[in-house]
Amino acid sequence: MRRLASAAVLTGLMTSPAAAAELNLTVEIPRLSVAEYHNPYVAIWVETPDQTAVKTLAVWYDFKLKNQEGETWLKDMRQWWRRAGRAMDLPADGISGATKAPGRHQVKFVGGKAPLGTLPAGQYNLVVEAAREVGGREMVRIPFQWPPKAPATGHAKGSSELGAVALTLKP
Amino acid sequence: MKTLLRPLCAAAALTAMLAAPMAAHAHRQWLLPSMTVLSGTDPWITVDAAVSNDLFIFEHVPMRLDGLVITGPDGAAVTHQNAATGKYRTTFDVQLSKPGTYRIASVGDGVMASYKLGGEQKRWRGAPADLATAIPAGATEVKITHSQRRIETFATAGEPTTESLKPTGQGLELAPVTHPNDLFAGETAQFRLLLDGEPAAGVEVAVIRGGGRYRNEPGEMTLTTAADGLLEITWPEPGMYWMEAELRGGKSSIEGAERMAVYVGTLEVLPE
Repeated sequence: MRRLASAAVLTGLMTSPAAAAELNLTVEIPRLSVAEYHNPYVAIWVETPDQTAVKTLAVWYDFKLKNQEGETWLKDMRQWWRRAGRAMDLPADGISGATKAPGRHQVKFVGGKAPLGTLPAGQYNLVVEAAREVGGREMVRIPFQWPPKAPATGHAKGSSELGAVALTLKP
Repeated sequence: MKTLLRPLCAAAALTAMLAAPMAAHAHRQWLLPSMTVLSGTDPWITVDAAVSNDLFIFEHVPMRLDGLVITGPDGAAVTHQNAATGKYRTTFDVQLSKPGTYRIASVGDGVMASYKLGGEQKRWRGAPADLATAIPAGATEVKITHSQRRIETFATAGEPTTESLKPTGQGLELAPVTHPNDLFAGETAQFRLLLDGEPAAGVEVAVIRGGGRYRNEPGEMTLTTAADGLLEITWPEPGMYWMEAELRGGKSSIEGAERMAVYVGTLEVLPE
């Protein structure tokens, strides 16, 4: 029994990485030379190829303002608001986060764990949308396959409100 | 001078009379919401209400608010706030204190009557309820026009809902297939035009994007509803759009009256 059990544990260990595939993302917020600068609001979500949102992974906004005043501008991330945001209760644990200053920001999402959770096997897009107060709005998409069978990468580059966005998948 | 003035006055009066029924065509009535898609808690919008030629420019007369009907997401009436009327426009605020879709409408029900009395042509305008006492006995060539108008717009806090969009069954209305606060450039929206709650087929609808003052082309689209009243609009660009449909005929609730029903909607189309 003991041997069998340890074999099961071992098998479990060997298979567990597959169950905990990782999605690593680097989002660059460009430094802009403007008279009035505010960090952008950013939404990161997963959609199916027909643009149906399936998981919101992160929303960076002024979520600590009194009376949830920061939510007033969530609708400026127009696509995310339309596809997911307007149906969500915010702030949401593990999704709502503070705005980020210009620079590269790394975020990691793990299969089976919130907010990514479980995704049925298939083709998806990772979408990053940024909207800045008294500034512009930009959205980029990176297609990916889930779950990843082998390490994979994807890239997109914004031209105004977003810099380089890089996606790395670990099986 | 006296002899000269009189014919001039008569001519002017005649021109005014002839022009009066055209006035409804010559000017556009509209409600212009400050925003149509909102997030956050208890957001507010402000709405301008005016009559003008250019969209959406304040250049003719303000709209009167006596027919204002605001319906909240639960179907209950909502009261407007901070109303003020200036030279060219009326403005009022609406607090979207419940999540969902609000329908903001100026609804009018009026009667125009023309008749002859003692060989003189007479005209009367008023409410349907006053019609019975308005036309004196002995009037001949009585012509009654019953005009029903609905001028409306929509705003949504959070997720769009449809309770407030339920047709009233009175006059011309727009029943959503596509939600009126979920419109994006490049996409095709579908609505159903209804007359007294029934599909209105073959009705011409004018659709114009605001901001014509900064364009040389008016850019007016003329569309026609299908047999089932279905209207399909492919939005060429983002912007605030004005649409109007007008229909003569159909059964009037006033006996012997010709009915004229007008629908005007202001719809916001967002960039993809």
